[in-house]
Amino acid sequence: MLHRLIFVPARLVQAVPVVLGVTLIVFFMSHLLPGDPALAILGDKATPESVSALRDQLGLDQPIWQQYVHFLSNIVHGDLGTSFTYQRPVTDVVLQAVPVTLTLVALALLLNIVISVPLAGLAAMKPNRTPDLIVRALNMVGQGMPQFWVGIMLILLFGVRLRWFPVGGYGDTPLQHLYYLLLPALTLAIALSPTTIRSLRSSTITVLGSDYVATARSKGLSGLPLFRRHVLRNSGIPTVSIVGVHLANLVGGSIVIEKVFAIPGLGSVMLDAIYARDFPSIQAVTLVVALLVTVASILTDVLYVVMDPRVSLGTGVRV
Amino acid sequence: MIMTETDLHVLEPDPSDRTLLLEINDLRVGLRRGRTETTIVDGVSFDVDPRTRFGIVGESGSGKSMTLRAIAGLLPGGTEVLSGSIRYRGTDLVTAKPSVRRGLMGPEIAMIFQEPMTALNPVRPVGDQIAEGPRRHLGLSKKEGRALALEMMGHTGIPDPVRRVRAYPHELSGGLRQRVMIAMALACRPKLLLCDEPTTALDVTVQHQVLDMLESLCAEVGAALVFVTHDLAVVNKTCSDLAVMYAGRIVESGRTSEVLANPRHPYTRGLLDSAPDFDQPGRALVPIPGLPPSIANRPPGCAFAPRCSRAVAECDSAAPILTTSTDHRTVACFRAEASGSEISA
Repeated sequence: MLHRLIFVPARLVQAVPVVLGVTLIVFFMSHLLPGDPALAILGDKATPESVSALRDQLGLDQPIWQQYVHFLSNIVHGDLGTSFTYQRPVTDVVLQAVPVTLTLVALALLLNIVISVPLAGLAAMKPNRTPDLIVRALNMVGQGMPQFWVGIMLILLFGVRLRWFPVGGYGDTPLQHLYYLLLPALTLAIALSPTTIRSLRSSTITVLGSDYVATARSKGLSGLPLFRRHVLRNSGIPTVSIVGVHLANLVGGSIVIEKVFAIPGLGSVMLDAIYARDFPSIQAVTLVVALLVTVASILTDVLYVVMDPRVSLGTGVRV
Repeated sequence: MIMTETDLHVLEPDPSDRTLLLEINDLRVGLRRGRTETTIVDGVSFDVDPRTRFGIVGESGSGKSMTLRAIAGLLPGGTEVLSGSIRYRGTDLVTAKPSVRRGLMGPEIAMIFQEPMTALNPVRPVGDQIAEGPRRHLGLSKKEGRALALEMMGHTGIPDPVRRVRAYPHELSGGLRQRVMIAMALACRPKLLLCDEPTTALDVTVQHQVLDMLESLCAEVGAALVFVTHDLAVVNKTCSDLAVMYAGRIVESGRTSEVLANPRHPYTRGLLDSAPDFDQPGRALVPIPGLPPSIANRPPGCAFAPRCSRAVAECDSAAPILTTSTDHRTVACFRAEASGSEISA
């Protein structure tokens, strides 16, 4: 198994220019935004002198390329600057938020599997029959609902009316974290599941019609054992790559959802930073998100290789 | 063509076991949409005795594979058994409960498919796939299953089974994959082995080895064979009895040696004339003109009549019935070639 993963180091090296490119784009884009960070921090009533002094202090007077080079060298030293709004090192702010968002995304992925696998299996068992039609209709509805609206509806139903879940926040203990994150994760999962179900349904139909499933049936297998041993892994392979592609959307979606549920994750930090024109924070969060998405895509490749013994990536050597 | 009766004495039914293993009666398979039925297999009947080898020969679309899949209960979606019975040791598989059927598949009836690449699960080691049936039906532990898989792989002539038991199907050659299929099918020592063109996808050099191995293993396990193929040479080598199918019907059946030496149906004759024969290298091949009729549009009379050189007016109006002559050969043709049946009847 390990020898089939020798593509990973190469993939990590390939990721470096990608991440650099992201920092470049974001650095310059945030400087093109209208508005003056010093003015934003000090407010409308600031004197021109104090604004100019702050600009000096923040290094905003320097040529923009110097700011970027400075920024990059700081990144290498683990210093992402000081947040204008929090008045703390940005590294601290971001590192505090990363586990929150990661837990949220992981939980969303898990819920996505829990929702999608049975529904797709049910639909694929008898295509164009009632269960399939219901699942497909649900899919359409799921795809039509905006994420933030689903979040609000879930809050209204489970938080306000039934009082099963908190309406927002993050809790204090790890167990509470999971409990608080369940509704937002469900929101993300509902948004992701139509894509997953659609892909899984069609690949399951293909696999169910395959010769090796006929072979398995000729050995007397049926029902769940057949599904678990001969269908799921094969039909999951194409779905893994599709979910991997949508992982970036998931992180993007989590920014909005974190705001809806008042969760102190990367999304909340990002939005606050954008409102306050807090450049260091914007840059740091974008960098971290880019890193996470890159790592996620490498993990998707790893999972792909682990699931399908026929695949070997990047080495050119068939094993 | 060599017309020896291959190992027939070994394959004669055990006199103590008088019950028929498989008894197919007027089987019709097809599609049903509302009240309209499209027939793919039309009134097929044949019996298989224990430990015998029965071949079904025909072109693509003749219904031979569908007949086999109906026995295994693996008809593709949309198709179903419309009428008739498939009795396995007295149990009608058509009306049996799915659970009863599943219980038979593996320890009693097993199947080998044409394409060993697609018939094996690509993401599971072949050893696991061989052990799966025995573990399920015979209640073997993981360790015992692995041991049996190794043993069966050895029996089927797979070199270095200890290494190959962990291999994935794509890591094996076509011949080895088909050996894995055979090991898998025979792992539970079934009484009936259904083979759907098991050697068609293999190189000719490997075909012979695989057939020999299949024959000797079936004899050892005591399994009867139903063998579907379009290859007359393979049937001649493997099967004691055969049925020739055309357009969903059996047109001729009997002892393999007799039918191939002295075909009575013009279609069987045509098949023989269109296949190369290395015993007569100079003989010109005579193709059968035309194409088989589509299942939706079969002629009212004999389905072969439009392509038949011996057809007369009668052939287009009525379908000939399969009749058995005194020498235990059956043929469905008004113009059957002269034989003992016409003289004695």
